[in-house]
Amino acid sequence: MKSFWARFLGNPRVLAGIAWLLVVAVVAVFAPLLAPVDPFEIVDKPFLVPSGDHLFGTDSLGRSIWAGLAHGARTTLIIAIVATLSAVAFGAVVGALAGYHGGLVDDALMRITEFFQTIPSFIFAIVLVAILAPSATSLVVAIAVVSWPPIARVVRGEVLSVKSREFVQAAVIAGQGDTAILLRQVIPNTLSPLIVTGSLLVATAILTESALSFLGLGAPNLMSWGFMVGAGRSFLRDAWWLVTIPGVAILLTVLAINLVGEGLNDALNPRLADV
Amino acid sequence: MSAPSTQPTDAAPVLSIDGLTVALPAWSDRPHAVENLSIQIRRNEVLCVVGESGSGKSVMAKSILGLLPAPHVRVTAGRIAFEGEDLLQVAPERLRAVRSGRISMIFQEPMVALNPLMKVGRQVDEVLQVHTDLSARARRERVLGLFDDVHLPEPARIHGSYPHQLSGGQRQRVMIAMALALEPALIIADEPTTALDVTTQAQILSLLKELQGKHGTAVLFITHDFGVVAEIADRVAVMRHGRLIEQGDSAPVLRAPREPYTRDLVAAVPSLIPRHPDPAAVDDHVLAVRALSKTYGGRSSFLGVRSRGVEAVRSVSLEVPRGRSVALVGESGSGKSTLARCIVGLEQPDSGAILLDGQDIAGLSRAALRPYRHLVQMVFQDPFASLNPRQRVGDIIALGPTLRGVPRDVAWDRARELLDMVGLQREAVGRFPHEFSGGQRQRIGIARALAMDPKLIIADEPVSALDVSVQKQVLDLLDELRLELGLSMLFITHDLRVAAHVCEEIAVMRRGEIVERGSTARIFAAPAHEYTRALLDSVPGKGWEH
Repeated sequence: MKSFWARFLGNPRVLAGIAWLLVVAVVAVFAPLLAPVDPFEIVDKPFLVPSGDHLFGTDSLGRSIWAGLAHGARTTLIIAIVATLSAVAFGAVVGALAGYHGGLVDDALMRITEFFQTIPSFIFAIVLVAILAPSATSLVVAIAVVSWPPIARVVRGEVLSVKSREFVQAAVIAGQGDTAILLRQVIPNTLSPLIVTGSLLVATAILTESALSFLGLGAPNLMSWGFMVGAGRSFLRDAWWLVTIPGVAILLTVLAINLVGEGLNDALNPRLADV
Repeated sequence: MSAPSTQPTDAAPVLSIDGLTVALPAWSDRPHAVENLSIQIRRNEVLCVVGESGSGKSVMAKSILGLLPAPHVRVTAGRIAFEGEDLLQVAPERLRAVRSGRISMIFQEPMVALNPLMKVGRQVDEVLQVHTDLSARARRERVLGLFDDVHLPEPARIHGSYPHQLSGGQRQRVMIAMALALEPALIIADEPTTALDVTTQAQILSLLKELQGKHGTAVLFITHDFGVVAEIADRVAVMRHGRLIEQGDSAPVLRAPREPYTRDLVAAVPSLIPRHPDPAAVDDHVLAVRALSKTYGGRSSFLGVRSRGVEAVRSVSLEVPRGRSVALVGESGSGKSTLARCIVGLEQPDSGAILLDGQDIAGLSRAALRPYRHLVQMVFQDPFASLNPRQRVGDIIALGPTLRGVPRDVAWDRARELLDMVGLQREAVGRFPHEFSGGQRQRIGIARALAMDPKLIIADEPVSALDVSVQKQVLDLLDELRLELGLSMLFITHDLRVAAHVCEEIAVMRRGEIVERGSTARIFAAPAHEYTRALLDSVPGKGWEH
């Protein structure tokens, strides 16, 4: 049996995904160096076609699309990753407690989870941002609040199956307490599905963030890909690059994350990948 | 042992496998599952293929019917000649016709092999509907006849039952009826009795033998159990690492195997002759269970639906004398595991007392129980589920002592000593469980139990998941350690051979009650209860002593 890394990195789709994500990450980290202008600043005439002067052209107000793309990558990635980490942390705690304790705790926590799942998630996110007033923080909160239920369900299922294994009983017989058993014995054995679900969740978070920004509910002073698509949509026929360039960036990034996520899944569950 | 058929069998073999080689995918631990294997089965003959796990016996059976998990596992060489055709060359449609009409298969787990949403009568009927021109009424007659053939009670009632309404033995009888429906020339039975209780296993084996004689069918019987071989086989083929080691008539192979590997396997089957002498009576009990009862279920759920409880243990009393080993013998569902779980504090009994070294621990909370935990430790059944795959062996063994306040380095040093004691290398402390085989993992489990310096060890079927040759080693190890360290042991098993090997006393449990108790020698010589007698009669290969 090959090692995890050999299986993961031996997959060409994973390599393609990682390559694109690396490009996006480098651009996001070094945005101030690569595009040393404020993305909201007017740099030239509006509607300039992509050329040597302006790599991706300018938008309806004469702002540089390259600067928007680079700074937008920052906003989009930070919001998506922070939101996902919060959702995974909260969902994992809820799922672990429900799965491990069972009975009434499980019933109560799972009914709450279902309550969140029954509300259409995008509409719920819009309502949350509207109530909280648009800002980066409220975007993170809104995305995290609508994304944690699937994590909770995945972790609960895993904990249910792991806790019935004999090594957990052995820990009980050795005298280990509940919290220590949950943290040391159970949780480490639920990590693989959690990592896969979490990585795919980043893609959903990017889409949600872009959609909210598209509707004008994004962070007001931060450039983002969704905002660029939203601002350029009325000029689609006259200046295709306004919408197409950030749109393709969103498409490729979400695709890359899905490729990597599926690669993780195949590498962590090699038996499943064979079938 | 049943006498091997001495009447001449038809000369031409029903099935002839020549030079069969099955390749495994590149990432496997060996290149071939089966290598250059040749065997023949004649009409009216039971050929037992015996081997330990990984010997390739099931792959061999699957390749006959074209059931290999393609494309990873595939036949690369050889011929499988059946009634004049090479099954490896025929078209898929032809193979499908052969599969259900001329060769049929019986699986290990009848609950999985039967469709849970379909009445069993209909499932057998379907086979006839696809392959014969019989009218609906004629088919029903035939199915009822088949059910009668396999000695199912009230065939008409069974005909309209769903699989879950039948017992494991009844389900396996339905599977056999289905296998016989088209009067096949060959039946392939892959461990058909492994999932069944001993008494049921004995009935199914005698049924198979009876039907095989009646219809003159050839049977390819795959098993890991030499007791079963002694019970049913006319001829035996022993496989190891995909190769045929030895084959021949069953009596000579079982009594005087030629090959060293076969000899080791046969010698590893525990004898039915009790090993420990009749012990003197002792009044000093490490463990005394008094009138213990435990009912599962009966909890009202969220929506207020109340389920009826199952009385798993009913007012059981049992003692384990100091320094003795007591076997708790029973079939699945007899409550023996529940009793063990109550004693180690994994379950709370409803009533009764558990006196551990004189201290009643029944009903104590987990916190209150902590000071007594080290007195009783457990060795688990499944060597793969009982060790945390993400912890080092040292941490696994040292867990109990460190929780009791032993410094980590001291606990790790002790873990090294214990590994040495159970026959593993000291360096194993730094490795992870997946680097060890099943038998080695079970040794680690034993070291973990010993790390707490317990007075009593509860072993819950500790060898039932292991291969025969490893079983013997682990049993001997447990027995030696117990005598050397002066431990007492409560040994839970369904296998009387195992009980005879390591225990001085036996308690027989059925439906939550202990029906008979006594010294092993006395129980084997003069069983008093009818159920004990039935259990003893059902031990496969009881007349065969090597």
